[in-house]
Amino acid sequence: MSRLIVHDAGPGVSVQDLGRPGYLAYGLSRGGAADRLAMAEGAALLHQSEGLAALEMAGMGGTFEVGHDTRIALTGAPMRASVDGAPLAWNASHLLHAGSRLSIGAATRGVYGYLHLGGGIATPERLGARSAHLAAGLGALIAAGDELPLGEDRTGGETGLCLPTDDRFEGGAVRVVPGFQTGFFPDEERARFEATPFTRAARGNRMGVRFDPDGEGFASAAGLSVLSEVIVPGDIQITGDGAPFVLMAECQTTGGYPRIGSVLPCDLPRVAQAQPGARLRFRFVTEDDGIAAERAAATARKGLRAKLDHLVRDPHDIRDLLSYQFISGVTAGHDEET
Amino acid sequence: MSETDQDMRADAPFPRIGRVGLDGLVVSFGETLSEPANRAALAFRAAVERATPKGVEESATSLVSTFLRFDALRIEAEDLRGDLQTLLDSCDWYGADLPEGRRLWRIPTIYGTDLAPQLAEAAEAAGLTEEAAARQIASSRVRVQTIGFAPGQPYLGELPEAWDIPRQTALTDRVPIGALTVAIRQLVLFSVTTPTGWRHIGQTAFRLFRPDSDTPFVLRPGDEVIFEATDRETYERLREDGPDGGARSEVIR
Repeated sequence: MSRLIVHDAGPGVSVQDLGRPGYLAYGLSRGGAADRLAMAEGAALLHQSEGLAALEMAGMGGTFEVGHDTRIALTGAPMRASVDGAPLAWNASHLLHAGSRLSIGAATRGVYGYLHLGGGIATPERLGARSAHLAAGLGALIAAGDELPLGEDRTGGETGLCLPTDDRFEGGAVRVVPGFQTGFFPDEERARFEATPFTRAARGNRMGVRFDPDGEGFASAAGLSVLSEVIVPGDIQITGDGAPFVLMAECQTTGGYPRIGSVLPCDLPRVAQAQPGARLRFRFVTEDDGIAAERAAATARKGLRAKLDHLVRDPHDIRDLLSYQFISGVTAGHDEET
Repeated sequence: MSETDQDMRADAPFPRIGRVGLDGLVVSFGETLSEPANRAALAFRAAVERATPKGVEESATSLVSTFLRFDALRIEAEDLRGDLQTLLDSCDWYGADLPEGRRLWRIPTIYGTDLAPQLAEAAEAAGLTEEAAARQIASSRVRVQTIGFAPGQPYLGELPEAWDIPRQTALTDRVPIGALTVAIRQLVLFSVTTPTGWRHIGQTAFRLFRPDSDTPFVLRPGDEVIFEATDRETYERLREDGPDGGARSEVIR
């Protein structure tokens, strides 16, 4: 079986897929990749299912090697990447030769970068998924010396493809729908919330991210005596000092801080990818507008494969292309997963 | 009145249906924790699970509410809201029975010592001596009101009135797995190592979350628990005994 050998790993590298829906009643949040759009992009680049597990790298990647020639794709926050010293394009697929060293450095923008592999990472499933859920004690961070089994790359297909870069790595505008506790906040506080620019604080992880307001924090009429209620990723809790805390994939399942609203699922990658210091604004939209935005995002995800383009190749890459053709005899990807 | 206005109306009567994000509805049975509201939430969720309304993907309960996640691109929230209202109107949920197959658990617990360093502080807040506090908790039979926050983690109650003590304003950096903590007439037994505002008064060797077993989540809402006092020597032995930590259970009839 093919393996990914980890020579070196940054402090926040873990195996992630789309998580474990269905365990909310048992206190276990869905978890999964912090940037789900990046999972769809990796799947498009490799012509495989977006449910396959990849490596999520928070802020910093690592040094990797494969036992067999393996297709890879790099998505999410752009990071400095190279193979045996030759730079690699981000948001693109490549063929990684057995024995070559893949180095992935620090993110140049954003937070979470992803390394996808042909066939996916095939560590054993636990409770129906491969995602590490660190808050729940499921799985562990990846460390130097780890070897991860890879699934069989049944799809095959060409590498050297790329997707247009997205703008979700520098903060910006995030859409929010009101919820059952929005009414705890007086009209003028909601208006001020929309008008206030926020800075992504240093405190943030896969459970949640704090945003510091320019100016005063926000107060709810209910104070801090709200009964603990169900929490879902995207919920914006207003914590004791009035700063919003956006709950992310690995959040707890109940909480007692009042929530001013919820970030649309399709805008959550923008929140996850806002690096400390990034500026962000929240804007309320109606339910109808929220549904329309979600529908548009789903359509865009489905259309990713139509946006694939060929990387402009230099002679170094052409060597890869030829060797791959020699092995498989095909370059046209076909899609047996969907 | 638009749906959003309904969500924001703080004086709407209970049960009340509200929105959670784009793809969630929450049916709340009360503003504060009460036995009838807790029963109603559990029974209503069971009914929703039986009815499996179209588009509903998952349900859960909190202390006094039932949550439903649905496919917002496939069904209209307003239609689901209507279905839920019909179900709500079909019976008196506040008078519902507790779930069937409930069990009584006896979980050996060390009170105080270096293993649970906040017993003295909690006892003082409750106006009791350390010994009386430990005795009172150890003899209380409490019920799992909900599972939440972390995997398999129960909120249990209700404790005698003296225990209506607030959470700490500053968080404890971390309590270990199996920590028994107290605030607002409730106990929480921790399934993970985490920071918390609840005071750490007891320590058990009971594992609530066992991801690789046939029963990953051990306790269920409606189960009852007695946190029996044990001594250090027994506790150390039970700790080696496996994930039950000496706990025993029997079906409540």
